[in-house]
Amino acid sequence: MSKLLKGRTGDWEIVIGLEIHAQSITKAKLFSGASTAFGAEPNTQVSLVDAAMPGMLPVLNEESVRQAVRSGLALNSKINLHSVFARKNYFYPDLPQGYQISQFESPIVGEGELEIDLADGEVVTVGIERLHLEQDAGKSLHDQHPTKTYIDLNRSGITLMEIVSKPDMRSSEEAVEYATKVRSILRYIDTCDGNMQEGSLRCDANVSVRRPGEALGTRCEIKNLNSFRYLRQAIDHEAVRQVEILEDGGKIAQETRLYDTAKGETRSMRSKEEAHDYRYFPDPDLLPIDLSEEFVARMKATLPELPDARKERFVTAYALSPYDASVLVSERDTADYFETVAAGRDSKLAANWVISDLFGRLNKLTIPVSASPVSAEALGELIDLISDQTISGRIAKDVFSEMFESGEGAKAIVEKKGLRQVTDEGAIRGQVQSVIDDNPDKVADYRGGNDKLVGWFMGQVMKASQGKANPGMVNKLLREMLSA
Amino acid sequence: MSLDKDTVRRIAMLARIKVPEADLETMAGELNNILGWIEQLDEVDTDGVEPMTSVSDFRPELRADVVNDGGDAERALANAPENANGFFVVPKVID
Repeated sequence: MSKLLKGRTGDWEIVIGLEIHAQSITKAKLFSGASTAFGAEPNTQVSLVDAAMPGMLPVLNEESVRQAVRSGLALNSKINLHSVFARKNYFYPDLPQGYQISQFESPIVGEGELEIDLADGEVVTVGIERLHLEQDAGKSLHDQHPTKTYIDLNRSGITLMEIVSKPDMRSSEEAVEYATKVRSILRYIDTCDGNMQEGSLRCDANVSVRRPGEALGTRCEIKNLNSFRYLRQAIDHEAVRQVEILEDGGKIAQETRLYDTAKGETRSMRSKEEAHDYRYFPDPDLLPIDLSEEFVARMKATLPELPDARKERFVTAYALSPYDASVLVSERDTADYFETVAAGRDSKLAANWVISDLFGRLNKLTIPVSASPVSAEALGELIDLISDQTISGRIAKDVFSEMFESGEGAKAIVEKKGLRQVTDEGAIRGQVQSVIDDNPDKVADYRGGNDKLVGWFMGQVMKASQGKANPGMVNKLLREMLSA
Repeated sequence: MSLDKDTVRRIAMLARIKVPEADLETMAGELNNILGWIEQLDEVDTDGVEPMTSVSDFRPELRADVVNDGGDAERALANAPENANGFFVVPKVID
């Protein structure tokens, strides 16, 4: 599949790098003891450190360090045993310190790489430049008052892990796959909940275009993309915009842009030439972080099986297709659910039920698998009933619907409604006979060579048995008795 | 190192400090004196010495991940020139 963008004057290559801001899962903030819980009343989770009162000193949260190291390890990246906090200086009302405490020259995590799978089966390696720790800013509300801005500092000081990729992506699809993978990994290891609606995960995209094989073009940074759909749209629109400018003989201005979700286009944020002089310097209030190899090894030992390893195991141990395996491992809860269902059962049958039937329903109602009305054990019980021929696959669909709506168990529903499959040959033979007796014309047609009619007879018998007759036996008896 | 008037104007802008045009020259002179004083450090031979951010070998205890602060919006807002409905209120800024 070509990823090149066709312009009027030839092909263009899109070059994308992503910065992902992931909120760490910690109870307290990076440098203060105030809570990080989402959705509290304004300014009720603000310590005097977060409000930057004079004389307040930051004290580093050990959990933020643990989470950053675990994330770095899970992202196949190098852990820097020595790292330093720096001040990034700029003025904005939701940044009360007048600087953001971040890491600059010496981040806690260095280079690494991730492999991403594209829909057409291609595998692309994306380099990771770094992961560093920094404080989140507060929230500005511009729509509460005609001439005023309202500020809530609850988010101020929450731990962010900024994960910076190398400019290794060549299409919006690759960018979305990469971001999805980072999110999936962080959720697996419980370092970020990945909730994009609540802003726990946000992306900035650096986009430029060039003629294939030429040097990098001038890039624009699109800020604060809070869904993968917007990430894809913003990159696609930005690339077309840049190609149009270049083909008209213009030049790209390096600038920060916003994606206007209503209009579906990017536009320039008012760019002040000097606004980006952050004048980083080491924060004198904070000593460097020095980690031991032993600490890093201990963090490594806390990591669960990661999505890639799990996917490979699903393919080999459960004989699933790579595609089914990747669907199942994308979320830890989903993979756990599947493994419970598959334990001691036909794994392909289990995968089909989980992917088609369960996910189909859950997605329609946007319920996460963790809140599924049908537990993994309950679905397993249903599959057992199919495997031991208590019910047919067809009836099982109805039973599943009932389970999903009422929360009742499969066995209970089958007993209550009398759905047990009829495998008594005599009983089925009787039903087949009466359908044959009632339809002499059709029987004559069939015997005259219209083989397709067997399907019609099948339907009649199944209807007569209210779907309970064993379909295999009906089929066998029908052919035998029609030919007699 | 020597600062000229334009650099001082720029630094003042970045620091959001209003310096009257007439004072820039004087301020450049004062800043240059301070820089000259600091530049005495260049006399020390630092070849082969790792840059450091602190002279202390001390590594402090980290904070345990426990919520033990905040929870008092009134206290956080106590010094705000203006507040409403629990928010700090500032002149409108839209970037």
